[in-house]
Amino acid sequence: MIVIGIDIGSVAAKGYIISSGSHHRAMIPTGWSPREAGQAIIDQLLEASGLERNQVEQIYVTGYGRVAFEHADKTVTEIKCHARGVAELYPEVRTIIDIGGQDSKVISTGEKGQVLDFAMNDKCAAGTGRFLQVMATALGLDVSELGDAEDPRQMQTISSMCTVFAESEIIGSLARGNPKGGIIAGLHQSVGKRVAAMARRMGIKEQVAFTGGVAINPGVKRALEEEIGTRIIVPQACQYTGALGAALLAWETLRRDL
Amino acid sequence: MADYQQMWANLGMDLEKHDVLCEVLPEAFGGVYLTQQDRPKGMDFYDFVVSEIHGVRPAEMLQHQKEGGKVFGTFCVYVPDEVVFAAGGIAAGLCGGSQFWVSGGEKVLPANTCPLIKASVGARLDKTCPFFLIPDMYVAENTCDGKKKAWEILAGEVPMHIIDIPQMKRERDVAAFAAEIRDFIGVVEKVTGKKINAESLGEAIKLINNKRRALQRVYNARKASPVPISGKDALLVTQINFYDDPARAAQMANNLADELEQRINNGTGVFPENAPRIMISGTPMAIPNWKLHHIVESLGAAIVVEESCTGTRYFENLVDETASTLDEQIRALAERYMKTNCACFTPNSARIDDIIRLADEYKVDGIIDTNLQFCNLYSTESYLIKQVMTERNLPIIHIETDYSEQDFEQLRTRVEAFLEMLRK
Repeated sequence: MIVIGIDIGSVAAKGYIISSGSHHRAMIPTGWSPREAGQAIIDQLLEASGLERNQVEQIYVTGYGRVAFEHADKTVTEIKCHARGVAELYPEVRTIIDIGGQDSKVISTGEKGQVLDFAMNDKCAAGTGRFLQVMATALGLDVSELGDAEDPRQMQTISSMCTVFAESEIIGSLARGNPKGGIIAGLHQSVGKRVAAMARRMGIKEQVAFTGGVAINPGVKRALEEEIGTRIIVPQACQYTGALGAALLAWETLRRDL
Repeated sequence: MADYQQMWANLGMDLEKHDVLCEVLPEAFGGVYLTQQDRPKGMDFYDFVVSEIHGVRPAEMLQHQKEGGKVFGTFCVYVPDEVVFAAGGIAAGLCGGSQFWVSGGEKVLPANTCPLIKASVGARLDKTCPFFLIPDMYVAENTCDGKKKAWEILAGEVPMHIIDIPQMKRERDVAAFAAEIRDFIGVVEKVTGKKINAESLGEAIKLINNKRRALQRVYNARKASPVPISGKDALLVTQINFYDDPARAAQMANNLADELEQRINNGTGVFPENAPRIMISGTPMAIPNWKLHHIVESLGAAIVVEESCTGTRYFENLVDETASTLDEQIRALAERYMKTNCACFTPNSARIDDIIRLADEYKVDGIIDTNLQFCNLYSTESYLIKQVMTERNLPIIHIETDYSEQDFEQLRTRVEAFLEMLRK
């Protein structure tokens, strides 16, 4: 039995291929065409696993690009997929915080990884990877450099949640000679506050996992832990939990149909 | 479409800008509506109205004015249309539901104003909607802070009468609203030059009640499974009822209801029997705002009821027709309108009771509680609604959105995930 799960996000496309006894994963930038990104992921997964396209029995696709990708046997939302993926890695988790390129989500899960409730940011970039990307550009950094560049001891609090206002606020802060590391810590704190508020509104149950591309940034993890007041698990493959969940859901459907 | 260019020019419309709107609407309507399967024949009338949306009804209103009649533009389900029709006037709901008008409103309104107010103000100031230019008077109300102040801006454009809607529902508030209706009668009499008496008001009460009864029939048909009409189509019927001639509106809705009842007898529907049944609760969806309905129904769920001003709040209660004197009729009107439960009232637990009752009557699987962006009243109330529905194990999701398309994918994900929860 061989299945593929693909998560086509706004920034990166991720994939998992699962066959009896082995699994492989792949990731590429989504670029301008979610369709091509999805195809490229399939090619990479087949190459890595040494399998052929016609051996793949089911392809489940999630992420915002799921609608554009025509080779899906089924599309599933990333909310359900993250819940399933995280349940596989950490069965004790009851709350998942997922921060991706264009949205942030808090998912409350049950014992079998089923979605009990969820919250998602409204149309606004505050508290998303996009927010950090815009701020990184304003600071002359790449978004991947933010995590190591922060200095929480010199924290410069950012009062604006809004991406537009926060950008001018940090430019003003830089102009006043405030340390970059402190400003970055303030940005992480801002994202942490925003997402923690959403999580508190829904209700936080331990344990808490943090997934999505932004989870790579240890500064945001630190800020979230401070805001929520509990330790947070970041899966080693934090960007892949959606793709993993999609593959597992495909696997389970096949097994049920056997 | 018939040629209305001359009529629009006479109204002083910005024809060039208006052409842009006329170009996009058919495509939007085609994509959202005409792609649906097995639509009732009775929808043909409403499709026709949309195809001539800025032509056919405005022409009737202008003809009415030519014959000496007056037209009143309204913005709220608390405005008693009966008074206007009793004086031989036409009342037409004006609320703007398109992103097209929002930028016009933003020229004068704060950014954190709801899109309905922005679009309504923009439609008037940009002169791109005939309905906003025809009325002899706007009849507005103070149901929220945004509207209250927007009317002060529009008062520079057109004669304006404001009805003071109470914020509570004690006996003295009902009496105060009756006094407002009495004042409104005086205003309408002055504008139209016609006296309102018990006979004419009694007839108008029956006229508007008949429209409500017809809409109730259409909605009752939606309680069936499989549901015989899509939520999108039912929403369109209600939207058009806001400004159509009330007698014709009742007739068309009754024709449609006949057909829907026939469908129920035959066991035919527009969604499979196992499709999730969704209630929309919250703020109104003015024409052509079909965004959320389109997202939900494109994902295979059926919207079976709207607890909103463009839904049950518009027609649920009837005015007592046995009232025979003007005083009794005014009292009966006040009582009927004060039964409507809007988030501008406090406390407003009766609205939560409405939602519980409707969920039961329409056999709802899940509730999408929604409000237009920056509507403080409904978005605050959503917290209480969620608490009560969660206690009763009724799945609910809250969505705040506006008229723009930019959150379409995000909304799709949220609604789809909600449906995944319902289907498990």
